[in-house]
Amino acid sequence: MKNARTLLSGYGMLLVLALLGAVFSGLTLTEQPATDAAAARRMVAAIRAQAPAAKRVLVAIRPTSADDLLATSLRGEIAAAGLEVADVVRGEPQALRAALEKLVAQGEHIDAVAAGERAGSWLVLREMGELFPALGQPPIVVADTVVWPVFLKADNLLNIASQIAVIAIMAIGMTMVIITGGIDLSVGSLAALAAVTAARLIRDTLGGVAASPAGMTLASTAAIAACGLLGGVSGAVITLFRVPPFIVTLAMMLVASGLAYLAAAGQSIYQIPESFVWLGRGTGLFGVPHAVTLMPALYAAAHVLMTRTTLGRALYAVGGNAEAARLSGVPVRRVLLFAYVACGLLAGLGGVILASQLKSGSPTYGAMYELYVIAAVVVGGTALAGGEGRILGTLVGALIIAVIQNGMNLVGIESYTQKVVLGLVILAAVLVDQLRRR
Amino acid sequence: MSVERAPLFEMRGIAKAFPGVQALRGVDLDIFGGEVLALLGENGAGKSTLMKVLGGAHRPDAGTLLLDGRPVVCRTPQEARAAGIAVIHQEFNLVPGLTAVENIFLGQERARAEFIRQAEERGRAEELFRRLGAAIDLDLPCKWLSTAQQQLVEIARALACDARVIVMDEPTAALSEAEAGRLFEIVRDLRARGIAVVYISHRLDEIFALADRVVVLRDGRHVGSRPRAGLGRTELIELMVGRELAEEYPRRTTTPGPVKLAVSGLARGRAVRDVSFTVRRGEILALAGLVGAGRTETLRLIFGADRRDAGEILLDGRPLAIRSPRDAIAAGIGLLTEDRKLQGLVLGRSVRENFALPNLARLSRLGFMDGRREREAFGRHVATLRIKVPHQEEAARNLSGGNQQKVVLAKWLEHDCDVLFFDEPTRGIDVGARHEIYQLMNDLVARGKAIVMVSSDLPEVLGMADRIVVMHDGRITGELDNRQGATQADVMRLAMA
Repeated sequence: MKNARTLLSGYGMLLVLALLGAVFSGLTLTEQPATDAAAARRMVAAIRAQAPAAKRVLVAIRPTSADDLLATSLRGEIAAAGLEVADVVRGEPQALRAALEKLVAQGEHIDAVAAGERAGSWLVLREMGELFPALGQPPIVVADTVVWPVFLKADNLLNIASQIAVIAIMAIGMTMVIITGGIDLSVGSLAALAAVTAARLIRDTLGGVAASPAGMTLASTAAIAACGLLGGVSGAVITLFRVPPFIVTLAMMLVASGLAYLAAAGQSIYQIPESFVWLGRGTGLFGVPHAVTLMPALYAAAHVLMTRTTLGRALYAVGGNAEAARLSGVPVRRVLLFAYVACGLLAGLGGVILASQLKSGSPTYGAMYELYVIAAVVVGGTALAGGEGRILGTLVGALIIAVIQNGMNLVGIESYTQKVVLGLVILAAVLVDQLRRR
Repeated sequence: MSVERAPLFEMRGIAKAFPGVQALRGVDLDIFGGEVLALLGENGAGKSTLMKVLGGAHRPDAGTLLLDGRPVVCRTPQEARAAGIAVIHQEFNLVPGLTAVENIFLGQERARAEFIRQAEERGRAEELFRRLGAAIDLDLPCKWLSTAQQQLVEIARALACDARVIVMDEPTAALSEAEAGRLFEIVRDLRARGIAVVYISHRLDEIFALADRVVVLRDGRHVGSRPRAGLGRTELIELMVGRELAEEYPRRTTTPGPVKLAVSGLARGRAVRDVSFTVRRGEILALAGLVGAGRTETLRLIFGADRRDAGEILLDGRPLAIRSPRDAIAAGIGLLTEDRKLQGLVLGRSVRENFALPNLARLSRLGFMDGRREREAFGRHVATLRIKVPHQEEAARNLSGGNQQKVVLAKWLEHDCDVLFFDEPTRGIDVGARHEIYQLMNDLVARGKAIVMVSSDLPEVLGMADRIVVMHDGRITGELDNRQGATQADVMRLAMA
């Protein structure tokens, strides 16, 4: 029984995440058009089965993103099978009719039609033999459908990750601070300040819309460093004057927000190059945005720091019993300072990513983010009292929040109700955690 | 004061046990009105526990209380107050944010249907303070009053409920001489009004100046009651201390070597005043004295846990600049704190992590912990110290007291400290584990370490120490060479000086 408890406590939140995923998968299970390479291969195989000598294939799709994916897959598979794409007709039935008329007029022929799932039921295709007898009776192969949750579609999952990336990255620093027994309410304002600072530096001193990548990197680094500095100020006041972290960071929240508004003169700064979105929206391997790739990398680094370094040990000790840590030679003040500086730096990074995602810097960014960040940490299993908690738990916590929001969107719950639900979920997570500790 | 008078309060056969210790064994106590009764005994003799039973803070396991000959039950402080007993603890029970008037009437407000009759309370408070000859600002929150003034508020509070017995626990500990004198006058006045005053103090001078009768507790038993008149100091001390040495202490044949640690002129406020002593290699120096004498504070000063006002620390003859525990640890000094749960261990973390905490540098490389080296090192100590723990990841809070203490010791041993400070090393530890710890201390000393031990357990002091430095009220009152046969009485005499 004890083993079951430790297992549950260690992986409880992961279980919750899996459960939520299962629930939302169940709720969003619908027929989906099959659009991947395997589906396209099946279609091509069906074509060759029905018309072994087929050479030219007409692709008919509707103007949806799913059908676009199908067309891309088809192109690849048709070419791979040594066949030729006569044309890709993308639009409503009238477009297909016009294309077919054009083919007849030009005296060309087609050997098969590959149609998207919905396009396949168009009247013009079903009665193609009678309407365009000159084309013969080419076989029409329609894409199948697959029963698959919308929730689990690749683009939805990427969407979840992108939306939570900023919060999740900021939550790394917050986890460290909370483990030391403190809290940092200023992260949202620091993010806004970073976004504004980076944007303003780019606009005013590094070339505006014509800024170079080096310039943008410099601006971003400066913005992040500024937030780290402010985090250091919070940390210094907390450690030197023994003022409770809640008050100090609350004050810093207001100061940073004010500074952001001052720096932006109350407006949104948008005169930055298009290429600035590289971090926030630019995609790399498999279409994964860079910000999303950054997230697990930072988490891995933080995990190593907390579990395998002397600094990590010191953070846990200071949070667990600062006096005992001090009497064992741990440099308590330095450790606390590190936590607040790290939190500031990561909040700054979050702000820069936000600016990159939105291609502008505004003092309104990051509003209320501190609450979501703290929620991610708490839902992930880190106690607000300090002394324990896991970085990877925070990642799970952030994902839980993101999954709930995304799931509610997919299921069609309106946004005000969503807020209520999210609040209740966070409360439930903390309650479960409390009960587990007894 | 005649002997034929019936006692105001009687405590008969009071017994009370706490986990691991029998605090009171069938104690009888008579309290007479119009008398100052001094309650004496060493630390741990049972004085506080007995008074807490009287005051309703503890329920006795056995025994009865009689008020004017009739049985009375004091299950809560409220009931004790209703019976006429007021206890003034050493750390006052005032609410710092409330004013004097509010504190006096806390729990006994003069009210009609939830509305406090402020004028009435104020009038009564003024009258009480007048009788006590005190000038106290009634509207100031108590935290702004001086200690002496706060004490007067406590006394007024006792009088406000028409207490017939007032217990004062170490009342002059935080008072100046002048204020203490004022207090004595008040005590005499209370006595004259027929109130019984139970006075607990270690200061024999005060006892001899004030008390009418003296009761001595030892090991939870009432061992003697004497009228003050005609009582001698030595007789009193012998009553407090004389007992068989129940435990045996492992023998040691090490000869101390050269001086390892020398401190001179250590001072910090009133807690530590001009303390100087030396410790040699291979020697156990005991710091003896009563609670509040400044022993723990002295160790903390040397260790850098508190800031010194003055004083020099020499290690192997060279001056050390110690400004924080880190400096002391780097110099090879380790401190096993008085309260291992609050200061010695991070209870929520594993024993292995606790062990590693002062040793992070030597168990890591370039900032990364060497898990294998750490586990092996801890494993070695688990074996040599015989620490009973199911596995290295066990949380420190789950271990018994003795094993927790061993984990604390292990972390300093790994650091290879040359000087070790043991503050109450066997407090809250059962007899078996105690013996093991004594053995370990002997082994350390045989390897040339220097140990300074603070202990309130006199047999332990005499059983383990080579030399004994006795402190009282922040100063050193004397030094005894245990190898030449010091006695408990010698130590107590210096401790109470």
